[in-house]
Amino acid sequence: MNLLEQQASNRRRTWLVMAAFVVFLGALGYGFDRFYLGLRGVSFPIGSLAALGLGSVSAAAGYYGGDRAVLLSSHAVPLETSLATALSDGQRFRLNQLDNVIEEMAIAAGLPKPKVYVVPDPDPNAFATGRGPQHASVAVTSGLLDLLSREQLQGVVAHELSHIRNLDVRLLTVIAALVGAVALLSDWTLRGMRYGPFRGGRSRDRGKRSGGGAIALILFALWLLAAILAPMVGQILALAVSRRREYLADASGAELTRNPAALADALDRIDGGVEPTRAIKRGSAHLCIADPLGRRVGIREGFWPDLLATHPPMHNRIAALRQMAFQQ
Amino acid sequence: MALWIVLGVIAVLTIWIIATYNRLIGLRNQTANAWRQIDVQLKRRHDLIPNLVNTVRGAMEFERDTLTQVMEARARAVAASGPADASRREGELTQALGRLFAVAENYPTLRSNENVKLLQEELTSTENKVGFARQFYNDITTKYNISQQTFPANLMASSFGFSPAELFELQSEAERQVPTVNLSMRK
Repeated sequence: MNLLEQQASNRRRTWLVMAAFVVFLGALGYGFDRFYLGLRGVSFPIGSLAALGLGSVSAAAGYYGGDRAVLLSSHAVPLETSLATALSDGQRFRLNQLDNVIEEMAIAAGLPKPKVYVVPDPDPNAFATGRGPQHASVAVTSGLLDLLSREQLQGVVAHELSHIRNLDVRLLTVIAALVGAVALLSDWTLRGMRYGPFRGGRSRDRGKRSGGGAIALILFALWLLAAILAPMVGQILALAVSRRREYLADASGAELTRNPAALADALDRIDGGVEPTRAIKRGSAHLCIADPLGRRVGIREGFWPDLLATHPPMHNRIAALRQMAFQQ
Repeated sequence: MALWIVLGVIAVLTIWIIATYNRLIGLRNQTANAWRQIDVQLKRRHDLIPNLVNTVRGAMEFERDTLTQVMEARARAVAASGPADASRREGELTQALGRLFAVAENYPTLRSNENVKLLQEELTSTENKVGFARQFYNDITTKYNISQQTFPANLMASSFGFSPAELFELQSEAERQVPTVNLSMRK
């Protein structure tokens, strides 16, 4: 798949995910109307409308503000701020170097320079976010700056810039924002259930239902299941979408630096730090260069790891890069 | 019926010509822009070098030759005219700088000096930026040339005044032999 196809597919998927999200919320809202309000004789579809409105608003918010939310939730600090508060000359030197490396790789990729953030966390990790090359940010942890050499840092930054150039970040940021929103809504819906049809006591409306009772009951069960499973489905969607992308970003990152060995070394070192990256929350795990949760599901490939891990096995990525370095 | 077919063919052809023309124009501008990006980075390098030389001059009293060579190479590079000339002289400047950094390794006071380290980082970065700007220029130029020369775009490219752009190549033999000069002090 070349760059243009990759970008087109990411654009398509972003819209698809957002549309699916709105439709899904609409269905939840419709169920709410039907099983909850409908039984009380309220005919105005308030739930559907509210869910559709909320869905559209949060899809738009995820598209335009997802990057800010992700940066905020990981406590990322703008580079200028961390330069001003750096404690030692050595730290300042490394921060300057990070800024330089990011500008270099932006030139190599032919992209505008993204905004630079530092996440104060001792575990080495990095992520990129934003809705496109014009509005992109790259964040690295302070642990990464301490651990990697200049060339290795360059490899990691090139990987992140490839995510930006492929428009991976747009899709992944939108998913991160929407997964959060779905989790929240499903939570509210389930709370609402306490006052739902089967807790409603013997209201006079129950009699009306006797005709299509069985079908309504099945529909209701399905709806309930959807509301319960929604966060999980969102999560799995995020995972399925992100794994293959890592190989691709590794490869196109190596194409930018013409130095796959450095990225392989960097991944090797990052893998050595098995501590979870505490600053980075579960919702944005799939944005990172290495799984920030320090999970070990990512060691093998196969059905279950594919379903559960955000990242392909590290040693496979390293092996692929070493092979590229060998062929050079 | 036949009229409609003819009209349809003409419409499709027109759309194709417009699309191809616009794509080539876009690529030509990207190529020109990538070339200017190299210039921007070279200018930055020229501005940094006097700073570096002044900072290390005190400690490197005995290496006057090396320092003079760098300054002379810089002056020649600034005065260069035309891409071919410029790339040869920039190559010479890169080599002079490489020698300077190699010699500077022998001076412990320089190696531990924060200002020198910062300047060296800036120069390393500028060298990289020049390199990556060239790499990007070559990538985009290759794309531009390929889209001119492949069928069927080649049927119309030259008649609309598109010509293949020149790739950036290393001029001097010495630079060809030593493709990377590792200027950073760390391994």
